[in-house]
Amino acid sequence: MYRYDEFDATLVGERVAQFRGQVERRLSGELSEDQFKPLRLMNGLYLQLHAYMLRVAIPYGTLSSLQMRKLAHVARKYDKGYGHFTTRQNIQYNWPALVDVPDILDDLAEAEMHAIQTSGNCIRNVTSDQFAGAAADEVEDPRIWCEVIRQWSTFHPEFTFLPRKFKIAVTASQNDRAAIRLHDIGLRIYTNDAGEVGFEVIVGGGLGRTPYIGHTIREFLPKKHLLSYLEAVLRVYNLEGRRDNLYKARIKILVNAGGVEKFTDMVEAEWAAIRKSEIDLPAEEIERIRAYFAPPDFEALPAESAALEQKRKGDVAFARWLRVNTVAHKASGYAIVNISLKPVGGIPGDISDVQMEAVADLAAQYSQDEIRATHEQNLVLPHVKKDDLYAVWQALAAQDLATPNISLVSDIIACPGLDYCTLANTRSIPIAQRISERFADLEQQEDIGELKIKISGCINACGHHHVGHIGILGVDKKGEEFYQITLGGSGAEDASLGEIVGRGLSSGDAVSAVEKLVDYYRENRQDNERFIDTYRRLGADPFKEALYAAA
Amino acid sequence: MKAITGNRLSDGAVVYLRDDDQWTTQRSEAARFDDDDIAPVLSAAQLRVREIADAYIIDVSADGAPAGRTIIRETIRGAGPTVRGDLGLQAECCA
Repeated sequence: MYRYDEFDATLVGERVAQFRGQVERRLSGELSEDQFKPLRLMNGLYLQLHAYMLRVAIPYGTLSSLQMRKLAHVARKYDKGYGHFTTRQNIQYNWPALVDVPDILDDLAEAEMHAIQTSGNCIRNVTSDQFAGAAADEVEDPRIWCEVIRQWSTFHPEFTFLPRKFKIAVTASQNDRAAIRLHDIGLRIYTNDAGEVGFEVIVGGGLGRTPYIGHTIREFLPKKHLLSYLEAVLRVYNLEGRRDNLYKARIKILVNAGGVEKFTDMVEAEWAAIRKSEIDLPAEEIERIRAYFAPPDFEALPAESAALEQKRKGDVAFARWLRVNTVAHKASGYAIVNISLKPVGGIPGDISDVQMEAVADLAAQYSQDEIRATHEQNLVLPHVKKDDLYAVWQALAAQDLATPNISLVSDIIACPGLDYCTLANTRSIPIAQRISERFADLEQQEDIGELKIKISGCINACGHHHVGHIGILGVDKKGEEFYQITLGGSGAEDASLGEIVGRGLSSGDAVSAVEKLVDYYRENRQDNERFIDTYRRLGADPFKEALYAAA
Repeated sequence: MKAITGNRLSDGAVVYLRDDDQWTTQRSEAARFDDDDIAPVLSAAQLRVREIADAYIIDVSADGAPAGRTIIRETIRGAGPTVRGDLGLQAECCA
């Protein structure tokens, strides 16, 4: 894992000291709220419905057990005993007092953590595949390049006041677990026909009120040119992106307004002018960063574990968890463990301080001290020996962290909604809770198979409803909550935007609607079709009919 | 009827303006104003920048409960998250 050097530590320390002064000036009245707001937002501090909210970055989703323990400490000492993992590999605290925030940031800095790049119109916390460095299907560890991007983008003076926020995601796998086609820039590391490894550069994806799938503006970018090319994209956006209209300020609007060819030409022209400059990192610096991500010392183990097989045969619940929540690892005899933060009736992404410490303990004992946060609001233990899976499962189950539902109907993304968020029009979490309760039967969930439900409480789409196989968008109608269903979206390598299927439904009807859609799918699926496959084969009409005909 | 609400500067807690011009976390204690009288009260409240992060007007019924278009938002804001009955003012009332 990357370790902060003296530059990083100094940078973070100075930023905390600066913010401490700004908080003191705000409390004394020297700064007005209008003056203070942009300063607090540069430090991840929002004001929500009930309290302030502090968003802490987990760069490319990677955490050590020490860092997870620090997150638990903050939850316990300064907040109300829990945190909330978001859809961009951050964690949010919902109740910090302004007067405590400088101390919180000091405590986080002790574990090389901070709230930089978690808000404001800058390049945000770079995200990645949660299985990076462990996945059997990756070309190389994408976090090396995430770290290169983190160092380049942190406090980049030219890109501190962009027209709007800017999000970058990187994956090195054909199976997109980082939603790269829905980011301002998505980078896919792959091997081309000539055997060279480089990036596919995708620009202009995004959700919100004007959703777009990103466009590939460069099929193949040699790795050594990453930073100069990113700089060219950012420079074009910074100069040409709209600043007159908040809703038209993201790069997706610029790319799509003038057309992708025109945008690509501008980037290529800018790149031609700057690519010979010294923006790109020297090879030795890349190798220095790469060394931090050297794979752990995996033991030479047989592919299968006899101990595991014995337990699998004897314990139906364990066998189900193995099938649903564990994934193939690149090293023989190891597995990737998904930790569901979606218990039946629970709040998606929420985790208590005690649970955080339990996960930290498991990472230290069984997973090379590593933990990952996922954009689907779950956690991962990336490097677990198959021999240890039973012990890990038992420990997780004791903390209500072993719900076997990864990628199933109850593994729902939901934004905080009107229970916390000042932008929301409706609540989201209660809908997720009721759907997961309705589909509590684990056998039924597994039979339904992969089904991504995503719920947003307003058009800003933090709950990614546009790319849910079933998306649910909350809309306020004269003080009443209604929910609009979209179908056929995907945030993965087969990215697509969902289609609105009809009038808004009450919260109770929205939960029943999901059930009707699932019933229709189960009656009409062929072979091993997922919900999304059946929908794509049959089209929207029969699903609409199933939804509204008998209503 | 109208009332003035805001978030306390030091910790962000939801507060309401009382008749004695002090802030309270108890919505039931909020001063109620006729629609025509509220504008100068808001202007005065917004000047108290060392006490509150922001202040704005909400619709309330004659007995002080949230009303109008923002009824759900202001009800949740006053009570706490509906998904965590153990948090917010709703938890204090019955503890």
